[in-house]
This record gives sequence, structure tokens and C-alpha cells, in this order.
Amino acid sequence: MNTPSDRPRSLQTVIFILIAVGLIALALGGFLTPLSRILLSPMVAVQTWVATRFQAVQDIVSAPQDTTRLRQRNAELEAEVAQLQTQIIELQEQLAETNVLSALVDFARANPENRYQGAAVIARDPSPFLQYVIINRGSDNGLRRGMPVVTQQGLIGRIAAVTAGAARVQLITDPASTVNVRLEPSGAQAVLQGQITGEILLDMIPQEANVQPGDLVLTSGLGGGYPADILIGQVSSIRSRDQDIFQRASVQTVLDFSRINIVLVIVNFKPIDITPLLPTPIAP
Amino acid sequence: MATFIAIPILSALMILQSGVISRIPLLQGTPDLLMLFILAWTMQKRVQTAWQWCIIGALIFGLVSALPIGTPLLGYALATAAALFLRKQLWQVPILAMLVSVLVGTLISHVISLLALRLVGNPIPIPQALNLITLPSAFLNLIFAIPAFAMMGDLAKWLYPETLEV
Repeated sequence: MNTPSDRPRSLQTVIFILIAVGLIALALGGFLTPLSRILLSPMVAVQTWVATRFQAVQDIVSAPQDTTRLRQRNAELEAEVAQLQTQIIELQEQLAETNVLSALVDFARANPENRYQGAAVIARDPSPFLQYVIINRGSDNGLRRGMPVVTQQGLIGRIAAVTAGAARVQLITDPASTVNVRLEPSGAQAVLQGQITGEILLDMIPQEANVQPGDLVLTSGLGGGYPADILIGQVSSIRSRDQDIFQRASVQTVLDFSRINIVLVIVNFKPIDITPLLPTPIAP
Repeated sequence: MATFIAIPILSALMILQSGVISRIPLLQGTPDLLMLFILAWTMQKRVQTAWQWCIIGALIFGLVSALPIGTPLLGYALATAAALFLRKQLWQVPILAMLVSVLVGTLISHVISLLALRLVGNPIPIPQALNLITLPSAFLNLIFAIPAFAMMGDLAKWLYPETLEV
């Protein structure tokens, strides 16, 4: 049973509920929006200010942790970059090697009359007076002394000595190297000689031969030391004097002899030793 | 021990020489690492195996090079003899003795090489050889002489430790 003192409370409760329901109804009807905007705007401003300041303080407090984490991340990324750069270099090297091998295969296909053995250049002669390279194929791979060595860009030299697993190649730039050559289109015969400077010179070009800069220099096959028609280079300049018996010329090779990495040995060519056929002076 | 250790050391130097150093010449000259280290070994005061190192080095050089047989041995032997002579004369200034012996050794080994090539029918013009090969090689050898001397000094100290008298 309600006491008199309980009645006002019940009335207050009913009034509050009615007010609440009324406010909800007004809010749902959108009639309180201007009022809420007026009330909330300063609150939002204050909240924003407090949140910004709190964020700043939090940044200051947590900065060392972030720096450490960033440094770790930076180190990880730097290591990753270094690894990727190494991979790029390796891939570039593989690409360059593939290009060289592809060119050598093309060369071998274009000259099907020959059989080839590929080899890598692993060393140069330690004496600066000699122009020799050492390749990583030897008699176990069918290589023999005297076999010509080429690349897709032309003649390199010939094998001077062979062991089971390696061979020494005398380059055509060696001062002791001589190659019988033919000039095109004139057809003149000449002798190619290596020089101590690493260049190659043409000698014994007949005076009547019409040789021009740009003429092609090919092996002639004379003497039996090299097969015919292997490209060596182009005539770059000619020295012709009336009092000389022969003309001389310098040759520009396509190949950079200081950067030979992979070569082909022509294994089906057998050099001919014509020394016994050369005339010898008869003793009186 | 001091003799046998020459085989791996000089072999490694030959690989370095023919695989790397010979591909980066100055004009046409290259340093001769084997000769440098043999001479640097010869210059160490407690070393008594200079001739063994000389012979081993020359044999290794001869295996790889197309120079006429015996040329490296003769060149290195004369260079070692000159170095031993200079070691006695300039014993108070070993680094000077090293530099002089490197210069003399380069000249001796190149003259021997040129003579040997001439004998086998490969005459190389002397002025060109001097300008393009010998002088640049001597220059490079002198540059590498000091580090070679220091390294061989460390090796000699390790192999021949000084005895303390109590």
C-alpha cells in the first residue's frame, strides 16, 4: 500500500518517463537536431583538443620504441635491398653469358662444316711478353695441339699445348704468331703478325694489290695452320711506300682480346705441318 | 715447414697472377707476384730457405707460362742471388734492400725472358719491350713490394719465432 510520501515519487517517475519518451519522440522526429548541434559542438571541439594533445604526449612517450622498430625495419630493408642487388648482378651476368653462348650457338649453326668444343678462359700467361690464354678443356675433351680457336666474332688463335684438363692457346696478337690471310674484296694474300703492343699487323701485301681501309681480313688456309675463311677483322690503315717491296696495314679486330671469356675450339680441323716440304739451303 | 709452405702460398699467388693480375695490365706490364714474394721472403733476416722458394716458384711459373723451359728458373735464380747480395750489403735498411732488389730482379727476369724468346726465334723489339712492359712492370712491382715485404715479415716471424735468452 502506498504511503503519502511515496506518491510524489511515483508522480516524479511518471513525469520523467513522459519527458524521456517525449524527448525520444522529438529526437526521432528530428526536432532536437539544432539543439543537439548547439550542445555537441563545444564538446566535439574540446574532445578534439584533448585527443590531439593526448596523441602528442603518447607519441613522445612511445617515440623511442618506434625508433628502435624503425631502425630494425630499416636494417631489414637494407639487407633485402643488398640481396636483391646481388641477385640483379647475378642475373645480369647470367644474361650476358647466355647472350654470348647464344651467339656462339648461332655461329656454330652458321658453320655446320665444323665441329666445336666450347671452353671457358680461366687464365692468362703470367709473362707479360706472351699473349696466351688457358682454357678449361684439354685432351680429355678431344683437344689437340694446333686446333684453331674462335668466337662468334672471329679467330682468336690456336692451341699451343694441351694437358688432360686444360689447354694453352696462342692468341693471334702474340708476337710469335703468324697467320696467312686473304683480303676481301681485293683477294690479296698477306701475313698477319701479332705485336708486343697487343695489336695485329698485316705484312707482305703485294704492292700491286688494291687494298682499302675497311677490307675484310679472312684466313686463307694456306700453310695448313688454320681453316680458310675465318673472319679476323678489317683493315684500318695502310702503309705503302714506293721503295718497299710489300705494303703493310694495321687490322682492327671486332674482338677485344683482353675480355675473352668463352671460346670455341674447332675440333675436326687437323693442322698440316708443311715444314718438311719447305726448301732448305743445300750445303755446298 | 718453411719450405713446404711455399707450395700452397706460391700456387695461390700464381692463380691470382694468371687469373686476375694478368688481366689488368698497365700498358702491357703486369706485376710479378711470385717474384715479389720470393724476394720479400729472401729479404727476411732469419730466412734460410730462399733458394727453395725460388726453385718452387720458378717451377710453378714454368708450368703455367709458355716461356721457354728454364727461363723462369734462371730469371728467378739470378734475382734471388741479387737479393741475397743486397740483403748483406743493405742489412740495416731492409726495406730499401727490398725495393732495390725488386727493381733489379724485374730487370734481370725481363732481360732473361727477352733473351730466351730471341733464342727461340721470337725477337721482341727491345725499346718497345722496355717502354711497354719492363718499366710499367717495374713500377707495379715497386708498388706491391712494400705490402709483400710486410706479409712475408709476418710469415717469417710466425715460422721463425725469436728465442728469448734468460
